[in-house]
Amino acid sequence: MSDPILTATGVSKHFGGLTAVDNVDFDVYPGEVVALLGDNGAGKSTLIKCISGVYRPESGRVEFNGRDITHHAPADIRSRGIETIYQDLALAENLDVGANVFLGKEVTRRLFGLLPVTDDGYMRQEAAGALDELDIHIPSLTQKLVNLSGGQRQAVAIARAMYWNAQLVIMDEPTAALGVPEQRKVLALIRSLREGNIPVILISHTMHDVMAVADRMVIMRRGRVVANIPRADATEELIVRHIVGSAENGENAVMI
Amino acid sequence: MALGTGPGKAKNQSLVNARFVEFLTKSWSYLFLLGLVIFFSLTGTGFFSVRNFSSILTTSTLIMLMSIGQTYVVITAGIDLSIGWTVGLSSVTTARVMRDLAASGADVEFAMLAGVFGGLAVALIPGLVNGVLVARVKVPPFIATLGMFGIVRGVAFLLTDGQQVVRGLSAELREALRLIGNGSLLFYIPDHGLQWFSLPPDLPPQQLRFVSQLLPYPVLITALVVVIFAFILARTKFGRHTYVIGGSEEAARRSGINVDRHLIIIYVICGFTAGIAGVLHLFRFTAGAPQAGEAALLSSVAAVVIGGTNLFGGEGDIMGAVVGSLIIAVLQTGLVILNIDSIWQFIVVGVVIIIAVLVNQLQTALERLQSNV
Repeated sequence: MSDPILTATGVSKHFGGLTAVDNVDFDVYPGEVVALLGDNGAGKSTLIKCISGVYRPESGRVEFNGRDITHHAPADIRSRGIETIYQDLALAENLDVGANVFLGKEVTRRLFGLLPVTDDGYMRQEAAGALDELDIHIPSLTQKLVNLSGGQRQAVAIARAMYWNAQLVIMDEPTAALGVPEQRKVLALIRSLREGNIPVILISHTMHDVMAVADRMVIMRRGRVVANIPRADATEELIVRHIVGSAENGENAVMI
Repeated sequence: MALGTGPGKAKNQSLVNARFVEFLTKSWSYLFLLGLVIFFSLTGTGFFSVRNFSSILTTSTLIMLMSIGQTYVVITAGIDLSIGWTVGLSSVTTARVMRDLAASGADVEFAMLAGVFGGLAVALIPGLVNGVLVARVKVPPFIATLGMFGIVRGVAFLLTDGQQVVRGLSAELREALRLIGNGSLLFYIPDHGLQWFSLPPDLPPQQLRFVSQLLPYPVLITALVVVIFAFILARTKFGRHTYVIGGSEEAARRSGINVDRHLIIIYVICGFTAGIAGVLHLFRFTAGAPQAGEAALLSSVAAVVIGGTNLFGGEGDIMGAVVGSLIIAVLQTGLVILNIDSIWQFIVVGVVIIIAVLVNQLQTALERLQSNV
């Protein structure tokens, strides 16, 4: 296997007396979908935030593309190509697709060679191109996002990440708020990211999603990584046992 | 994989409906204005005349100027309750600076220029404080600007020593103010034709009342402000960021927009357009009055809402506020011409505001229905 694109070594993060992430090693290789699993409070989100720069880990080191990014600012980490897509997607739903792909990075042109105005036509066209690359079709690019479905909005958020050259996409519960058909579409999007050789870290509680798209499952419990299972070896039962903590004790799992 | 073509026809159908509703919510105020003008033209004697239309436009400038800044604030899901008194503060400050400078022997032109500058500058202060309170201290806009409402009111009255107007403007100064405040770039005189800048001195007084002001200066100045701020909001990056903040402050922050700075600038803009309204009020009435904009505050919010700007932020435009202001001005004038007690104006405007909000909610409800498909 090639070298990992992201390497986290010995990462720890405490909140007061609580150890949220405890000496965790975590790697992501090019073009793989890694599912990050665990119960509530297992430390998944904290680990992700240590990677995306939202939290500063107290110890450990995070490397991306061979560069140390530990303690870098979130904006800097984003500009290096790690894009986090949160559940709320961080979209302006009152604006159209073009405006959202270029949110905060609007392209302007000179009106009469003088006045700087937003170049909406160009942004819409570029957004359409980004959506095409993901094989997404949205009925009207001038529609406000509020008129689009949940899956389409998710697609816009991913297209935005892609357009700005994301090299690693972190998705936090991307299917949680969606209906079944929409969930399927988002999973297909994750696959097309992988086909584009862009790795994805997928945080999910939905076992079905994880089994459907993940190449590898990393399971956390009480701030530690307790299992790292390739897809070929994974069964739902095994994963659940690790999540609830009955696997490493050698007990017979009490299945829910 | 074809994401989004999913439910197919039904989805397209509902998109068409959404477009229709959007068209209706965007243009009902225009249609309503047109309907009002037609109604009053048919029923009120003298309503349909150049003279009256020019007077309506002049009347509307106060509310219109205030509603321009208010539109920016409301799009960010805020509200500025203080600008009514900012108008007064600016009017009073301008009057005092002019009076004192003229009294100390300065040129009238210089005194006026300095007064205008002072009046506009002082109006930025409450805006700046509002902006800092809202953006940095995270005081809810309603509360921050309500506090500022009281403070600015007090300061405005302190500056007039508790009087209703600033006393002691010289006759020369008043005449100079009137030239702009009640002047026009172009007049129409029956049996005489068009006349630029000023009326001929030999015009018989009995003809004076038939003169129409085609391009009153207050209207021209307001139009210029409308064009500038409509352009900024609709076409520039600054305008776009205003909508982004209104749509999702979180999204704005994550996309790297300096939300705090942006909000502060917006409240300053709101103070600024109120300041222009105050200066213009002084020029029109030649009296610096603390309560110049008191009654216009709620009308300015009404104009913004009638014009389709969403009080929850993210939607709206300056043309909406312009139409809203015109609706209020047409109602004011039309009801007077019909000899209906002007108190009815409050009731009618109140009803129109509620209709405006209902239309807006209809759109929101439909959009919600859409996104749940």
